[in-house]
Amino acid sequence: MTPRVRERAQGVVALLSGVLFGLGLAVAGMTRAEKVIGFLNFFRGWDPSLMFVMGGAIAVHAVAWRLLQGRPSPLLSARFLVPTRRDLDARLLLGAAIFGVGWGLGGFCPGPAIASLPTAAPTAVAFVLAMLAGSYATARLDPVLTRALKHP
Amino acid sequence: MDIPLDWIRALQGGALIGLSASLLLGLNGRVMGISGIVGGLLAPSAGDVAWRALFVAGLVGGGLIALAAMPGAFSAGSASLGMVLLAGLLVGVGTRIGKGCTSGHGVCGISRFSPRSVAATLTFIGTGALTVLLTGGGAR
Repeated sequence: MTPRVRERAQGVVALLSGVLFGLGLAVAGMTRAEKVIGFLNFFRGWDPSLMFVMGGAIAVHAVAWRLLQGRPSPLLSARFLVPTRRDLDARLLLGAAIFGVGWGLGGFCPGPAIASLPTAAPTAVAFVLAMLAGSYATARLDPVLTRALKHP
Repeated sequence: MDIPLDWIRALQGGALIGLSASLLLGLNGRVMGISGIVGGLLAPSAGDVAWRALFVAGLVGGGLIALAAMPGAFSAGSASLGMVLLAGLLVGVGTRIGKGCTSGHGVCGISRFSPRSVAATLTFIGTGALTVLLTGGGAR
């Protein structure tokens, strides 16, 4: 396979993966903000169904990962680009904590918010724009933040 | 015993999500983490843009197909516009600092038994639940 063909094939895979992901989110109920909030509402009328979303996804993907580990490389690229760090640090937990607060306030995480854009709901569009702004600004401020977390 | 339809749909949708993550990893060698894929588009580096843009286009396309086939699968909740802007901002900031969201940590990372992803997932579900508790079941 020439590099050009390989790159095209990777593009097709990415597109297809995105479509399947969007469909999966909608089928699973992740694109209904109040359902997500119902899942996070452990203390009043908890809706456990989103546990099954993670359960179903992990069941499939864990098996795939296990099978892939016997292979030297993915089919269409030179190597698996997978995080290898296993240590916990303040950044990870602080970031996850902040993300969780936003998730609980809006009922959206990044994937379902983007998949909801075709509804043209003002809240979904506003959420995505604010998310992009937050992500961009944080990346820009990252060197400062890293120093602050290293030397509090 | 009757299994609620919602649980079955959740499992089916989850399996589709697992399949899409497996395709991206097994063929392209990439982790299907949405905040990371989108984050890479905000600071583009040469040769690393097309697949990200195509994935996001596919995600929007998948949403469009789903909207046509099952419009009831979407609802944007009852939070006010101001609250949603704050929520989006926090999600953008948090996923960038913590290097991942529900897909990257919650699905892909846990599938690889990554301790970092397990810790991150427990943390964001914890603070999400706390937020919902403090806002009385959904911010407005």
